[in-house]
Amino acid sequence: MIPFLIYVAIFVVAFFAVRAIAAGAARNDYGSLKTVTFGDESAVTPSRAASVISILTIFLLWGMFTGSSLLPRFLHAPGPYEGTGTFEYTAQAGNERDSATVTVLVHPIDVPTDAPDVASGDGWAKDDAVAIGMWRSGLLRVDRNDEIGRGDGAEIIEINGEKIQPGGSVDVGWATVTLTDKGTPNIQPDKGWQMEPIWLPSPEAVVKRVGEIASAGFRGSTLWEHLGYSLFRVVVGFFFGALVGIPLGYAMGLSNWFRGWFDPIVEFMRPVPPLALIPLVIIWAGIGETGKIILLFLAALWIMAIAARSGVSGVKISKVHAAYSLGASKSQIMRHVIVPNSLPEIFTGARVAMGVCWGTVVAAELVAAEQGAGMMIMVASKFQNTDIVIMGIILIGIIGFGIDMLMRYAEKLLVPWKGKG
Amino acid sequence: MSGLSIQNLSMRFDLPDGGAVQALQDVSLDLKAGELLSVLGPSGCGKTTLLNIVAGFLAPTDGKMILNGHEINGPDAERGMVFQQGALFEWMSVRENVGFGPSMKGMPKRDKAEIVDHLLDVVGLQDFKEKAVYELSGGMQQRVALARCLANDPDVILMDEPLGALDALTREKMQSLVLKLWKETGKTIILITHSVEEALLLGERLLVMAPRPGRIHKEYRLPFAEMGVDADLREVKKHPEFAERREEILGMIWDMEEEIMGRTEAAT
Repeated sequence: MIPFLIYVAIFVVAFFAVRAIAAGAARNDYGSLKTVTFGDESAVTPSRAASVISILTIFLLWGMFTGSSLLPRFLHAPGPYEGTGTFEYTAQAGNERDSATVTVLVHPIDVPTDAPDVASGDGWAKDDAVAIGMWRSGLLRVDRNDEIGRGDGAEIIEINGEKIQPGGSVDVGWATVTLTDKGTPNIQPDKGWQMEPIWLPSPEAVVKRVGEIASAGFRGSTLWEHLGYSLFRVVVGFFFGALVGIPLGYAMGLSNWFRGWFDPIVEFMRPVPPLALIPLVIIWAGIGETGKIILLFLAALWIMAIAARSGVSGVKISKVHAAYSLGASKSQIMRHVIVPNSLPEIFTGARVAMGVCWGTVVAAELVAAEQGAGMMIMVASKFQNTDIVIMGIILIGIIGFGIDMLMRYAEKLLVPWKGKG
Repeated sequence: MSGLSIQNLSMRFDLPDGGAVQALQDVSLDLKAGELLSVLGPSGCGKTTLLNIVAGFLAPTDGKMILNGHEINGPDAERGMVFQQGALFEWMSVRENVGFGPSMKGMPKRDKAEIVDHLLDVVGLQDFKEKAVYELSGGMQQRVALARCLANDPDVILMDEPLGALDALTREKMQSLVLKLWKETGKTIILITHSVEEALLLGERLLVMAPRPGRIHKEYRLPFAEMGVDADLREVKKHPEFAERREEILGMIWDMEEEIMGRTEAAT
C-alpha cells in the first residue's frame, strides 16, 4: 500500500513539475498551436519525460524497499531492526517479585549468530540472551534459568514496567513482545517497511546473480545456454511453422478446394491456445527438444497460414488484371504480384507468431525441460531463489522485446511499401 | 482485317437470390485501327463490363470479338489496360513498373531500358525514375500507368476511368497527354468515363450506353479530339457545337436516370 501511494505521489508531482518546466520552454510547432487536443488522437504523443521518470520510479521504489546500496541511505524505506536490544520482564511467584533483563541480538539472517553471553544477574529471576534473525520472531522461555520457574507458579506480569497478561503485547521500542497463552514471551523485532530478500531481492543482488549465473551457470548450463536453448527452440519451431504455413496459406488463398479443405482445420486450431497443447505434446513426444519444437511449430503454423492467406486475398484485383494484360503468365503473377503483395501481411503474421512462440516456449519450459529460460525460473522458484526468478523474468522480457524490435526493423527494411498500396 | 470487331455481345449471369442480370444485350461495334472511342453512360449500363470482356477478364455469354483477324479469348498483352488507380505495383520503382511488360516477355535489358527511358520522357517522369510509386502524386501515378501500358506496345489500349480520381486541374493536363499519346502512337483506344466533357474531348467516336439491359443507345462522331490534339482543351470546350452536344447528352443521361428511378419506385 505504501509503495503504491509513493508511486502515485511521484506520478502526480512529476506531472506538475514537468508541465511547469515545459511551460517555460515554449514550443511553436504545428501541434502546439492546436486548441482542440482533447479527443484529437494525433495531438497525443508520448511524453518522453514521463517515460524516463516512469522507469526511474520503478527502480527507485525497488531500491527503496529493498534497501539497495545503489541509493543513498536517506532514500531507503525504514529497514528492519538490526543490532542488540534489551527489555526487562518482571515475574511474580506468590508475593515474591523479581525483574531480569533479556538481551536480544538481531542479526542478518544469512549470518548464523550465537546468543550473546550475559551474566545471570541478581535475584531469583535470571537475565537471558537470545539471537533472532532480522524479519523473524523468537519465543524465549525466560523462566527456564530462573530459580522459581513456571512450574513453581511464577508468571510474567510486567514487561518494561508495563502490565501484561497472556495474549497481550507490549511495545519495547525496537520490538513487540507478546505473551503467549502459556505465558512465554514472543519477541518480534521491528520488520520495517523493507522487503525481505526472499520476497524481493535488491537490484544489485539481481545484477550480481546475472554475473554469477552467466559465468558459473545454473543447473549445469550457463545463463546464455539457457536463453540460447529457448531462442533456438523458438527459431526452429517458427521456421518450420512458416515453411509449412506460408505455402498452406497461399494454397488457401488461391484455390477453392484448398480453402474449403483447410478452412475448418485452421479456423478450429487458431483459437486453441498453444499452451493447451502442451500436455498432449508431452504425451506424444516427451519433454525433449522434439516435443518443444512440435509445440512451437503448431503455435506458428496457423498464424502464418492465416497471414499468408489474407495476404493473398488482399491483393487488389486490378493489380492482377494489370499484370495479365501486360502479358504475365500465372507463375510470373505469383512471383511478381502475389508474393510481394502478401509480404507485408506475412511480416505482420511473423511478428505475432514470434511473440506467441516466445511466450509458449517459456510456458513449455516451466512445465518440463532440461534447459531453458522457463526451466531456470521454475527451478529457482522451488528453491526460493527469488533473485534468479526476477532476473529470468527481466531477461525473458528483454528478449521478447528484442525479437519484436528486430522483426519491425526487418519489416521496415524488406517491405517498405507496407500500407502504401 | 486490322481493327477490333465486336459482334452481338451479350452477357447474362445469375444472382445468388435466383434472379438474373442482363448486363449487356446485343452490343455490336466495329473499331478501325487507331480510332479513339469514348464510352459514356449512367451507372449500371454495363460499360465497365464491356471493357472487362474486351480485355478478356470476363467471358461473354453470347457473341464474339475479333481483333486483327483472330478471336479474343482471355487476357493478352495485345490489349493493354489502364485502371482508375491502385493498379501500379508499389513494390517496384517507377522504372520497374514501366518495364514490367517487357520484363515478362524476357526482353533483353538494353532494349527494355531504351523503351522505358523513352516513355518516361514522353510522360515527363524522367526525374522520378528511381522513386517508389507511392511517393508520386495521383496524376504522376496515372502517367506511370500510361507509360507501363505503352511499354508493352499493345494494339488496343483500354482505359477504365483512368482520370476519375484526379483533381480538375490535373485531369485537364492528363486529357491533353492522352490525346497527344493517341496521335503519336496511333493506338486504338477505348476509354470509359462518367464525365460528359471528357467523353466529348477524348472521343473521335462516342458511345452512349443505356442500362437494364446494357446496350448501345446512341453513337456520335465528333471533331473535338482531332481539334484538341494541337489546341488548348479550354478553347475546344468553347466551340458552340461542344456546348450543344454536351447539353444533348446530359439530357439523354438525365432521362435514363429518371427512368431508372421511376422504375424502381414503381417496383416498390
